[in-house]
Amino acid sequence: MKMNLKRMIALILCVVICGALFSSCGAADSDSTTIRIGGIGPLTGSNAQYGNAVKNAAELAVKEINEAGGINGVKLSFNMQDDESDTEKAVNAYNALKDWGMQISLGCVTTDPCKAIVPSTAEDNIFLLTPSASSEDILKDNDNCFQVCFTDPNQGTASAQYIAEHKLAQKIAVIYDNSNSYSTGIFNNFAKEAEAQGLEIVASEAFTADKKTDFSVQVSKAKSSGADLLFLPIYYTEASLILKECDAQGYTPTVFGCDGLDGLLSVENFDTSLAEGVILLTPFAADATDEATQKFVKAYKDAYDGETPNQFAADAYDAIYAIKAALEQSGRTVGTTAADSTGENDADLINGSTSASDICEAMKTGITKIQFDGVTGEGMTWDKNGAVSKEPKAMKIVDGAYTAM
Amino acid sequence: MLKLNMKKTTRQSLVTYAIVIIAFVVFQLLSSFGALSNLIEGQLVNLCLYAILAVSLNLVVGISGELSLGHAGFMCIGAFTSAFFSKICTDTIGNDFLRFLIAMVIGTFFAALVGFLIAIPVLRLRGDYLAIVTLAFGQIIMTLINSMYVGIDKNGLHISFSSESALHLEPGTSPIINGSQGITGTPSIDSDYRFFVSILFLLLTLAVSYHFINSRTGRAVMSIRDNRIAAESVGLNVTKYKILTFTIASAFAGLAGAIFSHNIPTLVATTKNFGYDKSIMILVFVVLGGIGSVRGSMIAAALLTLLPELLRSLTFLPDGIRTFVSENRMLIYAVILIVVMIFSNSPRFVEIRARLKAFFRRGTKKEAV
Repeated sequence: MKMNLKRMIALILCVVICGALFSSCGAADSDSTTIRIGGIGPLTGSNAQYGNAVKNAAELAVKEINEAGGINGVKLSFNMQDDESDTEKAVNAYNALKDWGMQISLGCVTTDPCKAIVPSTAEDNIFLLTPSASSEDILKDNDNCFQVCFTDPNQGTASAQYIAEHKLAQKIAVIYDNSNSYSTGIFNNFAKEAEAQGLEIVASEAFTADKKTDFSVQVSKAKSSGADLLFLPIYYTEASLILKECDAQGYTPTVFGCDGLDGLLSVENFDTSLAEGVILLTPFAADATDEATQKFVKAYKDAYDGETPNQFAADAYDAIYAIKAALEQSGRTVGTTAADSTGENDADLINGSTSASDICEAMKTGITKIQFDGVTGEGMTWDKNGAVSKEPKAMKIVDGAYTAM
Repeated sequence: MLKLNMKKTTRQSLVTYAIVIIAFVVFQLLSSFGALSNLIEGQLVNLCLYAILAVSLNLVVGISGELSLGHAGFMCIGAFTSAFFSKICTDTIGNDFLRFLIAMVIGTFFAALVGFLIAIPVLRLRGDYLAIVTLAFGQIIMTLINSMYVGIDKNGLHISFSSESALHLEPGTSPIINGSQGITGTPSIDSDYRFFVSILFLLLTLAVSYHFINSRTGRAVMSIRDNRIAAESVGLNVTKYKILTFTIASAFAGLAGAIFSHNIPTLVATTKNFGYDKSIMILVFVVLGGIGSVRGSMIAAALLTLLPELLRSLTFLPDGIRTFVSENRMLIYAVILIVVMIFSNSPRFVEIRARLKAFFRRGTKKEAV
């Protein structure tokens, strides 16, 4: 008896493994009524917040589109694979999605994994629109990758333009983290653009990841330089310490930051009154009062137990709708059967049976044609290179809440 | 009849080579018929390199009986030195294959060198202390590489430990090792040949391991493992043998790292890639495969690398179950690990295994008669 049981288990395991090995045969159910979109992101591990936000928001958007009848009757389906924010796992996840029959890729949520799959997507010619992988490297040497978020350097340029345009200040001090590519990327371009805009950077003080607890030196230098605006292209934890230090030294400049400051109000043991008046350039704030944002936030909260969507969720939500818009503008018709219904699948149609490469070619033209209003910006457009151009939104912290300016 | 005249050890090693070659042929055939899923095809090189890692760690853990938790550190050295070489020689060595092979040799050499240097002080320690020091070593290597900026322009080599801009490179040149962003775009050989080359390297690793274990030196190392005092009393130089084993193991870890770095577009020294997690994972392969068993380490490495990825896409299952398995695959993977650990060590299972062995042996004897 015992032996039989063991044999059974062994047999079952063999069958399972063999089955999985050959699972590619006929796995990609090329059902013409659904277009398959694949996403990759950290659903487990330390960055799981980001991945799950993207997954939730993308699923929400797909559900909304399908409930509204899809795109000319063609439904979307979304499959999110876990990469644990690991480059190697991201490649595996990408291959798994290809086996599933992915036609459009949402790329990876985080930058490094995304860099790892970009060469493969370029080779396979699969259209990639990443919600949040912000490095410039993703757009380099390919024509199939696009971003919903600003590239890191772009944020620097946009910040300087915003400050000059709204005449927030003339003399600027910067405190940045030079051990971090996000921070240095923004700073380098900010410095360039500030010069072009006629702004004066009177102090630029750096710190490193190892020395990010005491900012008294940097703050006193900024203070003595007489800057009336303090630019912080860093993450919110360090920013909260800098704000405390400013308060202690009695220094009250206008504080300006990028999307890294999103989260400042939820730092533990931080007196949020110190953050009063901080301006940050972020594409999305859940408290914003515009209609699109409120509709999205409400739908998201209803769907996911009252959880407030973050910037990643908003980017992903926009990504799915941008894909829809680009498909509609691609110059080819989305639909299951040709309009004259000759019974044969018109070669011009885009649906679940169209090859990923064909869709990619159509999307490349489609996405450059659209002007897209989403929750992370209005009138978003894309250039051939893949970078998004949208009006940066500035938020100001008033009475302990993000308010659109 | 030939079979009976063979030494047991020779037969064992031949069976292992045969397994590798058969696996290679099967995968190649499947792949050429297009019957292999993309997921599995992407895993083939990884299977080889994890098998190499497991087999080489087995030399330290199984044969010389020392617990090393820094194996991924040597892999890291191999990966970065070889990728660095490939990057700087992209233009000077035009032949992809030649450059790739030299990169492999360089990765192996540097890992061996560092392994040798580390082994001199570290192998004076025993047991837990050795484990802790090797663990720390792995972390140090990773942190060091993470904070290193290296670039080359016409003025020569620039190295900095502070920032990219501190390199003062000529405009238009980008650094080769860019701190925590690692090395991007290592040139490699065509992906169609990588599996074949990795299989050759795996065979090489196996051959060296078997020869080492069955040689006079290998027996000396094992005698030290079993009884250090007795071994010393017959005049064996304990330090020498231990350092030798450790160096060989690090060399192969370096080789695996070199293959790894030439198989991914961006090489980053993250904990996932080269940290503590990875070292433990390799150790798990060795322990599950049976400490001291070369073939066991190899098979365990291959199966355990495939398993979590297979759980992603069991497409023949109904949709609901598939999603469940795919979402909970890390949990299922852990449960399977525990079950296998318990099963492979439970007395009942051992008994069954012995009976099965006896059964097969009877079978072959009959054939022989």
